[in-house]
Amino acid sequence: MTDTPEILVIGGGSTGTGIARDLAMRGMDVTLVEQGNLTHGTTGRMHGLLHSGGRYAVTDQPSAKECIEENRVLREIASHTVEMTGGLFVKRPEDTEEYFEKKLKGCKECGIPTEVLSNAEARQLEPYLAKDIDKAIRVPDGAIDPFRLCVANAASAEQHGARIETHSKVVDVLIEAGEVVGVEVEHTSGEGKRVHGRSGGREKIYADYVVNATGAWAGRVGDMAGVDIEVRPSKGVMTIMNVRQVDTVINRCQPKGNADIIVPHETTAILGTTDEEVEDPEDYPEEQWEVDMMISELSKLVPMLQEARTIRSFWGVRPLYEPPGTGTTDPTDITRDFFLLDHAARDDLPGMTSIVGGKFTTFRMMAEKISDHVCAKFGDTTECRTADVPLPGSEDFSVLRDYMDEFGLRSPIGRRSVQRLGSRADEVLKTNEPNPTVCECEGVTRAEVRDAISSAGSDLNAVRLRTRASMGNCQGAFCCHRMANELAMEYPEPVAREALDELYQERWKGERHAMWGEQLSQAMLKHLLHATTMNRDRDPVRVGSDVDFGAFDGGPAVGDDAGAKRAAADGGRRDGD
Amino acid sequence: MAIEEDVIVVGGGVAGTVAALSAAETGASVRLITHKKSTLRHASGLIDVLGYTPDADGPLADPFEGLDSLPEEHPYRVVGEDAIREGLATFDDIVGDEYHGEHTDANALVPTHGGAVKPTARYPKAAAAGVASDDRDMLLVGFASMTDFEASLAADHLDAAGVPFEARGVTIEFPKRFRADAKVTRFAKALDTDEDVGGRGTREALAAAVEPHLDGAARVGFPSLLGDDHRHEVRADLEAYLGAEVFEVPMGPPSLPGLRLEDLLFDALDEAGVGISSGNKAVGYETDDGEVSAVIVDRKGREIPYHADAFVLATGGLVGKGIDSSREGVREPLFDCYIPHPDDRYDWFVEDAFGDHPFTSFGVVPDDRLRPTRADGHAEFENLFAAGGVVGGANVAAEKSASGVSLATGVVAGRAAGDSI
Repeated sequence: MTDTPEILVIGGGSTGTGIARDLAMRGMDVTLVEQGNLTHGTTGRMHGLLHSGGRYAVTDQPSAKECIEENRVLREIASHTVEMTGGLFVKRPEDTEEYFEKKLKGCKECGIPTEVLSNAEARQLEPYLAKDIDKAIRVPDGAIDPFRLCVANAASAEQHGARIETHSKVVDVLIEAGEVVGVEVEHTSGEGKRVHGRSGGREKIYADYVVNATGAWAGRVGDMAGVDIEVRPSKGVMTIMNVRQVDTVINRCQPKGNADIIVPHETTAILGTTDEEVEDPEDYPEEQWEVDMMISELSKLVPMLQEARTIRSFWGVRPLYEPPGTGTTDPTDITRDFFLLDHAARDDLPGMTSIVGGKFTTFRMMAEKISDHVCAKFGDTTECRTADVPLPGSEDFSVLRDYMDEFGLRSPIGRRSVQRLGSRADEVLKTNEPNPTVCECEGVTRAEVRDAISSAGSDLNAVRLRTRASMGNCQGAFCCHRMANELAMEYPEPVAREALDELYQERWKGERHAMWGEQLSQAMLKHLLHATTMNRDRDPVRVGSDVDFGAFDGGPAVGDDAGAKRAAADGGRRDGD
Repeated sequence: MAIEEDVIVVGGGVAGTVAALSAAETGASVRLITHKKSTLRHASGLIDVLGYTPDADGPLADPFEGLDSLPEEHPYRVVGEDAIREGLATFDDIVGDEYHGEHTDANALVPTHGGAVKPTARYPKAAAAGVASDDRDMLLVGFASMTDFEASLAADHLDAAGVPFEARGVTIEFPKRFRADAKVTRFAKALDTDEDVGGRGTREALAAAVEPHLDGAARVGFPSLLGDDHRHEVRADLEAYLGAEVFEVPMGPPSLPGLRLEDLLFDALDEAGVGISSGNKAVGYETDDGEVSAVIVDRKGREIPYHADAFVLATGGLVGKGIDSSREGVREPLFDCYIPHPDDRYDWFVEDAFGDHPFTSFGVVPDDRLRPTRADGHAEFENLFAAGGVVGGANVAAEKSASGVSLATGVVAGRAAGDSI
């Protein structure tokens, strides 16, 4: 064993990046591997609610207390990824008074600040709430951007010496003399940053300890190590609206149920969710009725949703876990608590711990506990500092400065860029080059896109997650190809082309769940721009067809009527005006 | 005074214009009603007829040779090859020498702003020197602040397609500095009026910036922003300075070639004496004995009937809002004409983004005189005809046939409306 323990973390979601940051800050030598992008799994497929804890205040008070505690921590250390919208638990006439009182009492018991609002007060705060609601409880819910949070965690880990490998799928867990000694990964692209079209090959990464933080995929890694981890993946749908119908998180005040939350997020509002157990975390049906249910149920809280425009839907899987033998049948009843499975104690397989279950809001606290556990293995008593040290982007940052003049950016584009970048704004936006807007819907400029490329490489989906480019109303109709154009500064044509195709298809994947009304019209426009104007669907390069150029029109009588002479001679019939 | 015409055309795009002109040719009095700016601002300005068969064979050198491969319900099969040729002839009359391609039946391959080549039947004169079958070397010029066009990427893409010439790309600063997000129209205006840049005109300054990169290229392509009203002068000046032909690469919205085409179409309507009512939306209709007797136009809250003997529906497809949809189904919002579509909206599309999406073919079902029909095959109304994107049965995006369908159906529907008086 070397002086500095080498730790391998599998999983690039909130938990994995949180652990990598924590251990790296404690001085450990950390490598993190992730099969896709950062946030590829559950973290990237949630509604971005920063829990106040109110949601668990009746059924699971320990979780509720953890949530409010971490809610306060994240507001401090990750301010540039958090929007403190506040939240409401709204009671409809058909919801019971008894539960309303329980919720109120539970919040108080857990130290969650509350305020009861009358119908009029709630509707003054959120004018589009249904007219017939009774009342509401106000709590400190918020919205948080899981992408930027994970990227900031990973960046912090790197600053403390960690190696972060995305697009590196674990294909084997290495076991020697009955002990886990590392993993073998398959790099689907080059080292560190994604580069398309270059095969990265396989790599054996040895470590003193392995942490399996793969959430819903934990069972897969367990299988490779020969241990049984029964995660119960449960899917949930989220539907994205094209505008923020509400500026506050709206929860339905009832015991439990599908389709009971609306989270305002950047320019959008996200409707959620369902809770349905599935077999395979990567392959499950995404169905029309789920989207329809979101709209019809949540219209009871905000009636205008019935006719509003959705821009896409996506599904995520929760990594639910309960100890063997509990036998809960309804996934909504399974605890949201997390479990630390030390395979030495549990399966007589030293060298590895798996982390399963848990909630996004408390990821840092989970990471702290797991890091404590790992450090204990090495007799290391270094204290956790992740609750006190701001993440990159959240250090000493004020959005009140007048960035409009400073960066020559127009408001609101400048304001939004600065909010996204936090304390990195100076570093990214101060450029002497022209800095045009690449994505108009989300107000993303070239400087931000190029900054994202410098850390994400040629993967435009990773650029999208870092910047929000292509995530607005037009779903990339006007900017996918511009993002690829920015890649062309550093990467050759085939790389830019493949990255564009990949991003375009990824956008379509969610957009097709919104194919009616305005969004179908928008989708047709996007299709016409990319298939007709650009001929990307039948592009001879893409489909690999040889073109007999000689058989086509070579132009109007070149030679007789060429060059300056032609153009000068035929001023055109509209030139007289 | 009541508005009373022989023929009313609803819709101001290519199909509506051609229908109105064709109706006027029969001697009918014609009025065209258009609500908003047409979708031409989104269009490339190229006039495609047929570039690929439904089986994706292509690009087709001869669009007419592909007609037999189309399904029976395709608008081209309904109107026939002669109508397509008439549509093109009408277009050629409208645009005069502003467009090329009329000298041959063969498609041209025009470079797109992503660097692919695309088959098209007619192209603006400004784009002519860029055709891909021409073997002279090409320099593409992009501007540092224009995110839509990356010249070196486009050049490399052309090269990957095996074009019979060498293509190079270079990015330069536009000689006049604008705000980073300046619209193409701002660039065009600077060139149109040859604004002063440090003691010389914008055109000369631009040519001087390109000249060091020329390296023997016989033709130089720019994104479509080389002037508007004085576009031919702008190109001629650049050509004279550079000693090379200059062309424009068609771009996405806002598209100057599309807007220029819109001007040409409206000029032709004016010349033909077609009345134009723009800015107000057609919201309903009145009937009399199974015929449409009037279209109701909402003029700032007042509902005004526009009476006529025959009507042409040219309101466009999903983009132009001639076809509307909800979670419950697909509808034609003005006359509530029948539009066949799968009940399950998850059958409206396929998983591959560039796959064969049923929604691309949504539209009314025409009879042989281009009257929209009901589910039972009978005409919705005796005197209502349809043209352009509102007509279903064609996958215009994949086939590259949008303008051709508009021209051919426009001619037939307009003439049928005029003849029915």
